[in-house]
Amino acid sequence: MSSRDLVFASIRRALGVTGAEEPRRKAVADRLRDHPRGVIPKRGQLGAEERIALLLAKIEAVSGTTQRIASLDDLPAAVGDYLRAHNLPLALKRGADPVLAAAPWEREPALTVTIGATAGDDLVAISHADGAAAETGTLVLLSGPDNPTTLNFLPDNHIVVVAADTVQGDYESVLAALRDRFGPDGLPRAINLVTGPSRSADIEQTLILGAHGPRRLHVILVDRQASLNGV
Amino acid sequence: MTHHTTSPRFKDNTKAALVDPELQKALHFVETNFPQRRRNVADMLPEFDALRDSARDIKNHTLSFLDLYLETFEARAMARGSKVHFAVTADEANRIVTDICREHGAEVITKGKSMVGEETGLNAFLEANGFAPVETDLGEYIIQIRHELPSHIIMPAVHLRKAQIEADFRRVHKDLPKDRNLDEPAALLAEARATLRAKFLAADVGITGANFLVAETGSAVIVTNEGNGDLTATLPKVHIVLASIEKLVPTLDDMAQLMRVLARSATGQEMSVYTTVMTGPRRPDDPDGPLEHHIVIVDNGRTAMLAGKFRDMLRCIRCGACLNHCPVYHAIGGHAYGWVYPGPMGAVLTPSLIGIDKAGHLPNASSFCGRCEEVCPVRIPLPRLMRFWREREFERRLSPTVQRTGMKLWAFFAKRPRLYRLATWPAMQVLAWFGRKQGRFRSLPFATGWTKHRDLPAPQGKTFQEQWRERSRS
Repeated sequence: MSSRDLVFASIRRALGVTGAEEPRRKAVADRLRDHPRGVIPKRGQLGAEERIALLLAKIEAVSGTTQRIASLDDLPAAVGDYLRAHNLPLALKRGADPVLAAAPWEREPALTVTIGATAGDDLVAISHADGAAAETGTLVLLSGPDNPTTLNFLPDNHIVVVAADTVQGDYESVLAALRDRFGPDGLPRAINLVTGPSRSADIEQTLILGAHGPRRLHVILVDRQASLNGV
Repeated sequence: MTHHTTSPRFKDNTKAALVDPELQKALHFVETNFPQRRRNVADMLPEFDALRDSARDIKNHTLSFLDLYLETFEARAMARGSKVHFAVTADEANRIVTDICREHGAEVITKGKSMVGEETGLNAFLEANGFAPVETDLGEYIIQIRHELPSHIIMPAVHLRKAQIEADFRRVHKDLPKDRNLDEPAALLAEARATLRAKFLAADVGITGANFLVAETGSAVIVTNEGNGDLTATLPKVHIVLASIEKLVPTLDDMAQLMRVLARSATGQEMSVYTTVMTGPRRPDDPDGPLEHHIVIVDNGRTAMLAGKFRDMLRCIRCGACLNHCPVYHAIGGHAYGWVYPGPMGAVLTPSLIGIDKAGHLPNASSFCGRCEEVCPVRIPLPRLMRFWREREFERRLSPTVQRTGMKLWAFFAKRPRLYRLATWPAMQVLAWFGRKQGRFRSLPFATGWTKHRDLPAPQGKTFQEQWRERSRS
């Protein structure tokens, strides 16, 4: 008997089942198909504007910084100002994300934007979040060529662009959107739910930012969807 | 190959812990910080208790259908390109991981924090086979260079003070300038970050645990604050997930319910910084991520728990709230428990995994104050489970003779109320007379073991039963 079969046999012996019982199989198939929602906090059940306010407040509460801009046209200046304010070099790594690609980067001529994953030698990366959950200030980032996972973790500074109309109230709405788009068999390799910059409190429970991931997380919320949808 | 356990020496361990001044200072942090932090975030979420019920129900449901969810998980993970392995024992889990490392000629192996990896003694096994795994969670890294077990399931180095960690860093990081300033925790973190960043970038194989396995999608989920788990999972060519069977949840929605209680119960955060749902290896057009994704599913005694009285314990999501709220843990810390899992959850789990003959003291080290059960996010009746172990210990005649004889003697009288009253009444009179001045006894013959650590109050007159009779009458 293989170890796999031994484990299954032990579980079935413990539960007193064979695994072939039709009602059991149906109960499991139903739950997987229906994925019932449990308790969803009221705090995120808000109108669009209040939801955005909650998202930004929650990000600030976990030591992220936030900024709101009217459209993608303002993104290069916002990024340039942020880098200058923190005495960072005007260099940025991004993925192939079409929204990020559509920003008029030429308006910030001193800014060098390179494209691809990072090998750890970039100080600043920018990503486009697929969405966000306002209830805890959580960003949703998907792996792939558009927004490589390494950009979320290796650079010291992570700038994340979020479109206003992708801000959801709760995790369940975020997951439902992913399920609708990809199906249960088509999730991207990694879904990163990011809530604030990296931290550790392993030394005398003193909270320090920038443990292994970014020391700073700056979220830029883009209001007008028109220019985002236009790409 | 599991860790050598000192659980049988629990009593000696506690004596040493109680007089260790550095440990006592470190433990004071736990007692003063964590219960308050949890309270704060729980109070901010009116649905918190309803979510705990929901979390409990999800775990119970999953355990009742564990074979079918595990089957689904395996099929869907494999369909996404993960390789799924099963290990009946700790030793088998270690061998599977070691074989994968050998197959890939791994020179650098990074590790994210994994309690099941601690349980199987994975690091020692890898080292015995010529590999040098590097722990990357800051706390785990610290205890690895000290050759210690974690003293807490989510804060492995919580027993240490800053100066001790500084001394370890100076001892191990020999190539750094001797006169560098490490006064601040931030400087220690920066040094660990730089040291470990090089390891992350060089790693051939990364090993992590999993907080959840999602049957619906075949995904493994890890939750960290530092980002070390993600770097371990993303950068090497090979990522190995080590997870025990009870980590399964049916769907992503079920995962969301558990996420809401996990960080709040653990660190008092509303959400940990990084929660990552990982499904399969790198896709054809992905610029990063591991080329191979292995998931090692470990039983190691859990199916035996599923069958018996201890099934409730398999709901545990390893948040550490029961440790943070335990007066015994606050007094003695984690190492005194003598194995991987300390505190109330360890007092229940350790005897299941290494045997009640070795870990019999653990379920006895409880005042049954019930705080652990009060704060448990999945409502595990920890005191009741500890009592089951005490009963089993008694049934198997593992408790000391004096205790067993004493209990029998007491039972003899307790079953004969008349005789009980007859025997206790004069004794109470004598005690009351001797204790009338002080009102308490600092020591008593035949009970020095008890009075060594506390005073016995002197009887104040009538016995409870006498008073009960009088008041019932009136």
